[in-house]
Amino acid sequence: MSEAQLVEALTAPHKLQYTYKRSVGPVMGRFFTALRDEGKILGVRREDGSVMCPPKEYDPDTAAAISEMVEVGPGGEVVSWAWVSEPRAKQPCDRPFAYALIKLDGADTPLLHAIDCGREDAIRTGMRVTAKLADERVGHITDIRCFEPEA
Amino acid sequence: MRDVAIVAFAQSPSVRSDTQRNEVEILMPVVAEVREASGIPKGEFDFICSGSSDYLAGQSFAFVAGLDAVGAWPPVSESHVEMDGAWALYEAWVKIQMGYADSALVYGFSKCSLGDLPEVMAMQLDPYYQTPLWPDAVSMAALQARQCLETGAVTAEQMADAVVRSRANAKSNPNAQLSGDVDREKLLAEPTFVSPLHKHDCSPISDGAAAMVLVAGEKARQHCERPAWITGFAHIMEPMDLGVRPLTESRSTAEAARRAGVDAAKLDVAELHGPFSHQEILLEQAIGIGSSTDVNPSGGALAANPMMAAGLIRLGEAAARIHDGSAATALGHATSGPCLQQNLVCAMEGR
Amino acid sequence: MADEKGPVEIVQTPVELDYTYTAGQAATRFLKGVEQGKFLGQRCPVDGLVYVASRGSSPKHGVPTGPDTVEVSDKGTLISFSIVRIPSANLSVEPPFAAISVLLDGADSHLMHVLDECPLEEVRMGMRVEAVWLPKDQWTASMQNVTHFRPTGEPDAPFDSYKDHL
Repeated sequence: MSEAQLVEALTAPHKLQYTYKRSVGPVMGRFFTALRDEGKILGVRREDGSVMCPPKEYDPDTAAAISEMVEVGPGGEVVSWAWVSEPRAKQPCDRPFAYALIKLDGADTPLLHAIDCGREDAIRTGMRVTAKLADERVGHITDIRCFEPEA
Repeated sequence: MRDVAIVAFAQSPSVRSDTQRNEVEILMPVVAEVREASGIPKGEFDFICSGSSDYLAGQSFAFVAGLDAVGAWPPVSESHVEMDGAWALYEAWVKIQMGYADSALVYGFSKCSLGDLPEVMAMQLDPYYQTPLWPDAVSMAALQARQCLETGAVTAEQMADAVVRSRANAKSNPNAQLSGDVDREKLLAEPTFVSPLHKHDCSPISDGAAAMVLVAGEKARQHCERPAWITGFAHIMEPMDLGVRPLTESRSTAEAARRAGVDAAKLDVAELHGPFSHQEILLEQAIGIGSSTDVNPSGGALAANPMMAAGLIRLGEAAARIHDGSAATALGHATSGPCLQQNLVCAMEGR
Repeated sequence: MADEKGPVEIVQTPVELDYTYTAGQAATRFLKGVEQGKFLGQRCPVDGLVYVASRGSSPKHGVPTGPDTVEVSDKGTLISFSIVRIPSANLSVEPPFAAISVLLDGADSHLMHVLDECPLEEVRMGMRVEAVWLPKDQWTASMQNVTHFRPTGEPDAPFDSYKDHL
């Protein structure tokens, strides 16, 4: 069809909604339960003795089943960060913030989460941050509301 | 291994938002063009395979409607991957290697403009720990870029130079979305978008489609004057979680290139699918590309990035350099997943 | 407290994404016809079949339909049906109701809709039906202009007249 023959096409808004509920299984189940009930962050010990947080049921290198849980954090170190100057509605903070990879104390792999520090010049790689928990916790990753610079 | 060649390739222009056509209307002319170019009529392809994503289309089983563009009557042997069309090409190539087909039609398409693409891309992440935080695709890439910059794996100048090269090369590509002469220093001085990335470090959001035809054996010469013979084909993946793999190198690309038998010193052309400028550099490093190789003569993904087609377009652009005789050896690369999680390398030659 | 709640076994991860759909050329032509109270089809250039609510291609031959449109009737033959008894939040009709496939007169593809003004036990293949439109002043470029189909009261269409469209 040539451009000249085109009619002005109609458009319409469309909302896609899925009410997904996911089974967590034993390893993630303990992570979410400890977070909800005790406000504690757990990692899992890998075959080589290192600690992975967030915990998974298997070792990403060896594929071995792993389940020994270890408490980590709530403090940690910023490994990398991305400054979001215009947050989207679904994102964890409603003012400019950073997504960051955070290596929690006692863990050997970093966790992806948000850092609420107000201004871009208030964050740098290597900075110490600590988890700020939600007042009402339901067993969800957003039970960690965000991380904040350590006092 | 059976000799298999890419004998035809076509693509739609990539545009920011094609508000006038649905996916099928974008796809049909592209499919018609490769049928015509290959001289293989509808109904004579042994196998058809496509790549697309329901989340981009905003509806379940959206790929089924895509079949309306190829005409599935009488019934056809068909398959689909919820991935870039480059992986559909891989499936077709395997099918031919297994002896189940001698020819295949492959296509990939998307309209990224329908939704908020960077947000939709959060759907590919871990649904327990990551998606509920809604990290957009640009933020994920920015986490990788910062590590690259702060460890010195990639410099800001290299990133800017990748953009300069992309825009300059895209001037001769009528299907590209972004092209022109840009200056390194001016790019470096621009404000950041999602720091440390500038807007120009990110591929554009594109609507588009591409299609390709594979034929096995000497018969390929009946369909193309100078077929692009596939000499090696491999795809390798890493864990999705950014925390458990190195982000400052692309080991899966290096391994895919090794398995595809790539000799970087002898590559005339490489079309690399790096949706962010630092990723283009990581890919060059992983494959070991030197100064004698023409990298992304099409402009690459930084000039146009229709999801689910952009990888297939890289392979098609590489094949097109063989078809027109300007290259003897070429490499096409495609990526998928956050921060170069999964990588595919297709090595080809003219002979 | 912790003991009462029990361990976390399920996480809720709802997804809500917003899109702006484009009808494209073919569906736009169809919907603009509906805005005028007409059903417009598009013809396959290979076999001449008329597709109503075309998406722009002949699904059998993979070639573009149109751009010329063919007006078809808003009356047709019911060629299949199902009695829906399961409620869903996404349904605008109260079950039980008859979901029907209608072969409009002049069309070769069928349209899905709802049959009303007819006892469920009387719904049958071959039944002649017609579209019931909203009052004209409420028409928009939407299939919601047609509230439902209802029987015309004409004699049933013979099986041979629609058997090739099943």
